[in-house]
Amino acid sequence: MHPLLRTVLQRLGLGLITLFVVSLIIFSAIEFLPGDFARAILGQSATPETVEAFQKEIGLDKPPHERYLNWIGGVLQGDFGSSFSSRVGFRRSVMEIIAPRLLNTLFLAGITALVAIPLALGLGLLAALYRNSIFDRAVNAVTLTTISFPEFFVAYILMLFLAVKFPIFHSLSNVSADMPFFEKLQRTALPVLTLTLVIVAHMMRMTRAAIISLLASPYIEMARLKGVSPGQIILRHALPNAWAPIANVIAFNLAYLVVGAVVVEVVFVYPGIGQAMVDAVRSRDIPVVQACALIFAVTYILLNLLADVISIATNPRLLHPR
Amino acid sequence: MEQTAPSAPQRVVKARRTVAQNIWRTLKKAPYSAWFGMIVIALYIFVALFAPWIAPYGEAEIVSQVPFDVWSWTHWLGTDQLGRDMFTRLLYGARNTLGIALATTLLAFAIGGGLGIIASIFRGWIDQLLSRAVDTLMAIPQLIFALILLSIFGSSVQNLIIIIAVLDSTRVFRLARSVAMNVVVMDYVEAAKLRGEKLGWILFKEVLPNIMPTMIAEFGLRFCFVFLTISALSFLGLGIQPPTADWGSMVRENATLITYNDITPLIPAGAIALLTVAVNFVVDWFLHKTSGLRDEK
Amino acid sequence: MKSERTKGEVLLEIRDLKIEGQSDDVWHEIVKGVGLTLRRGEVLGLIGESGAGKSTIGLAAMGFARPGCRITGGSIVFDGMDLRKASEEERRALRGSRIAYVAQSAAASFNPAHRIIDQTVETAVGHDVRPRNEAEADAKDLYTRLKLPNPATIGNRYPHQVSGGQLQRAMTAMAMSCRPDLIIFDEPTTALDVTTQVDVLAAMRDIVEQFNTAAIYITHDLAVVAQMAHRIMVLRHGKLVEEAPTREMLTQPKEAYTKTLWAVRSLAMPERTAKDVVLRIHDVDATYGGVIKVLENVTVQVPRGRTVAVVGESGSGKSTLARVITGLLPPKKGEVYFNGKPLPRALKDRDKETLRRVQMIYQSADTALNPRQRVRDVIGRPLEFYLGLKGQERDRKVVELLEQIELSEDLIDRFPGELSGGQKQRICIARALAADPELIICDEVTSALDQIVQEGILKLLLKLQKETNVSYLFITHDIATVRAIADEIVVMYQGRVVQQGLKTEVLSPPHPAYTELLLSSVPQMDPDWLTHLLEKRAAAKAKVKA
Repeated sequence: MHPLLRTVLQRLGLGLITLFVVSLIIFSAIEFLPGDFARAILGQSATPETVEAFQKEIGLDKPPHERYLNWIGGVLQGDFGSSFSSRVGFRRSVMEIIAPRLLNTLFLAGITALVAIPLALGLGLLAALYRNSIFDRAVNAVTLTTISFPEFFVAYILMLFLAVKFPIFHSLSNVSADMPFFEKLQRTALPVLTLTLVIVAHMMRMTRAAIISLLASPYIEMARLKGVSPGQIILRHALPNAWAPIANVIAFNLAYLVVGAVVVEVVFVYPGIGQAMVDAVRSRDIPVVQACALIFAVTYILLNLLADVISIATNPRLLHPR
Repeated sequence: MEQTAPSAPQRVVKARRTVAQNIWRTLKKAPYSAWFGMIVIALYIFVALFAPWIAPYGEAEIVSQVPFDVWSWTHWLGTDQLGRDMFTRLLYGARNTLGIALATTLLAFAIGGGLGIIASIFRGWIDQLLSRAVDTLMAIPQLIFALILLSIFGSSVQNLIIIIAVLDSTRVFRLARSVAMNVVVMDYVEAAKLRGEKLGWILFKEVLPNIMPTMIAEFGLRFCFVFLTISALSFLGLGIQPPTADWGSMVRENATLITYNDITPLIPAGAIALLTVAVNFVVDWFLHKTSGLRDEK
Repeated sequence: MKSERTKGEVLLEIRDLKIEGQSDDVWHEIVKGVGLTLRRGEVLGLIGESGAGKSTIGLAAMGFARPGCRITGGSIVFDGMDLRKASEEERRALRGSRIAYVAQSAAASFNPAHRIIDQTVETAVGHDVRPRNEAEADAKDLYTRLKLPNPATIGNRYPHQVSGGQLQRAMTAMAMSCRPDLIIFDEPTTALDVTTQVDVLAAMRDIVEQFNTAAIYITHDLAVVAQMAHRIMVLRHGKLVEEAPTREMLTQPKEAYTKTLWAVRSLAMPERTAKDVVLRIHDVDATYGGVIKVLENVTVQVPRGRTVAVVGESGSGKSTLARVITGLLPPKKGEVYFNGKPLPRALKDRDKETLRRVQMIYQSADTALNPRQRVRDVIGRPLEFYLGLKGQERDRKVVELLEQIELSEDLIDRFPGELSGGQKQRICIARALAADPELIICDEVTSALDQIVQEGILKLLLKLQKETNVSYLFITHDIATVRAIADEIVVMYQGRVVQQGLKTEVLSPPHPAYTELLLSSVPQMDPDWLTHLLEKRAAAKAKVKA
């Protein structure tokens, strides 16, 4: 077999194992629940009978491996089970709670990625090219500061200036599914801006570092000494070797984006999956927490997997074995 | 061998330079940003230690009938949603938030650092086992993992410290392991092994001093990260629970004021930001300093 | 023929060149007013030790300064154009097309992402010297001239798919592709094994002569530069020491510094015999991971108070031999006897007293000394560990050892980072000596050092041997070092011992085939050495064919 294919398959296999182990960890959350958990959910007034019925309903009477297979089987078909907020005769499926919110979060993350990735790569590239210039130092100082700020600090500052003092945008981003696209976009502006600021800072610094370490390599010096033009040096000599670090930077930050969304959604009361998860954690609605966690984890793992595959596929040593 | 200087047998070999002298020599050359950072950190530590004596009121004392009272001479930063003094809670917040973040970071380093160095020295199956376990833990985003665990065990200070520390120790483990690996392959470690040195000597005299600068810098960065994570959790209402004063929850509880053009809730948020900026400045200088040690004469 | 080249039209004229380098945010002058003149078709050798500024000057001849360096004074006139006054665009047009560069590490200087042929023709196509198909045909022609195997197809390979020596020749082809007026060779054979070096040197000399290209050849190796250059400039600390035609420079150096450089080569100690054997390695096999055989049927003896040199190229197994003796790599087969008794195979089974008797000195003192330990503790630890010395007693002994290795007592509280390369290697020697050993394994201990420093270290080792009757097992690839220090020689090739015996025996003919190849490949200070060697080899080949 071609070594490239073999390495990619190995990596995919490892990814599958990781997914399996992570799903086990998330599933076993319910195993570690303290004994009086049902009472805490149902309230102090619950009778022993209702507690027992509840435990039966969430399947605590069956052996764990059977429950795992049921759960993961359901998940693969898009069914994450019932929320603990279900009552007898009134089932609320987890899917119905999180599906619309997942779409909202994807919308938020998607718009942010569209703005942030080109911006960060561009800025990072410029900072690397003009390193130690005033521009580089300024960008460096600003991004170092931005990274040190908690997300909610950035969010509230933006809200104060862009929604309260100068009411350009809405301070609350209560979007709904039937809203026209542009209104949705306008209402999402502040969360997108906050996330962009935070992500761009991280991504730009990482891009800059990756490019600089590349530009210091002897073959780039050789290209300069061969009289290759600066543009060609970047395009022909640096870029073909830069896909791996750039893919890793993007994947890392996209993953961060999905998670960073949690705080930002809460600040702007944006109806996304992050806020759903926070609410579920507070009310200890474990099935919803599990579903959200699984979605976040799978996204994270898949993005990293993709970045790794790109790194492998652009490595000349693997592409053209001896 | 016998060609020694005249006074050799009785000569007293001069003593070493003291640690304090060395530290002072280094500090004198620190740049302004590092001094700014160190002063800010010192100030925070002072406030954290002496909050009960500096604060004008009690931590959870309700001092005003008016919630969200405006800034005044009696209440410098006004009052919060329950009529507690904001300034007092800001001071106590330093104590609680800093203390918890510090405890968490220390625990994370004890676990991650210790296991990382052990993995690098023993290699083999111990390393494989630990590394694979850490890989898996890191496959789940940290905040999400923290949320799962908090939903199971509930939010208490002990749970918070243990959960964040364990999750954060994975990153410490990776760094400690990779840095220690680079040291362990050095000839001087081989030389110590060939001399017949025991594990303890190799660990504490050969490896540890060489990974210390990196680990100290990492401690600063990890502390910032832990501090931000705990603040974020508190902000989400899942971290430090009321009535304990804490900057993250203070922001959350008073957030509505922003929409009335009142910057009070930004002050605890700014307090968090200022500290992380300060730590970053010091770490930056420290990294520069230790990487340039070779040139120092 | 060579002397005519020193009279032609001037191609490059550098006057009063000053270059500064940055360290710790402070600018220091690293080239302090150097001038040189180069005529068409002439090859100028720039030699000097590390820090002499020779690479920096070579790059400056292209109007280039590395990041962290800046050209602050003087003029660089190439064929009528002052490169310092020219625009970056004008300089770029010259680079690759009229002035080309051949770097030290071909493996790092080729872009891993592109085929060799694409990189070879890049300048010719990019500077519009010739269209792509012609450039490719020309590249294949150059590959043939440079005696690369499979010249028609080797260009389709990627850099990681060919060997270091081949890559170095491919880089020369790349430099030649625009038929430049001037090529800068920056230590092009330093990273190669000595037997590979001969072919690469011959190929480079040939092609430069064929196209009558001028060249600046930068190296620290006198014998190499003697083969390549018509004229030699000796540099030190960014200044010119002296300059003369090659033959004159070799026979009558004027300056004291140059004479010391020459003198190192002449250090040679007569061999001594001895009966008492300290170490005997008997029929040892060793493998890595139980699969790859790195030593096969190796038998070596080390007499007491004598030096046995183990020579061989990379991959010959000479360093593995050291690992077997120290117990880091237990042998698969065979025994190691110390003072007639078998040594426990693995390090962990050896007692303190056994460990004390065998000490080791490494190639790179930088990695052999813990950067966080002061000299006092580095040397003091074995005293404490093996001999139980403590406090003032220990410190006094440390000072005594410092005197023995000819270093000042003032260095006692320095960190390794605050010492020079030679001083660091001396500290390593003192650390080994502190254990009062019977055998010291020296693994390439001088190869990372400048020649003058090397000589000091070798003399010190000889002096210490006289004082303490310690034996050395001296692992090296450098024949000059062997001549200087060895009593006996062991030649290794691909994990086997090819030959062993007294120095005079091994170094005088007749030799086994590999020893012959190895010894004949070592560059000599004679400028005609390479020419004669190639003639001799060609003749031998013709004889075999006939």
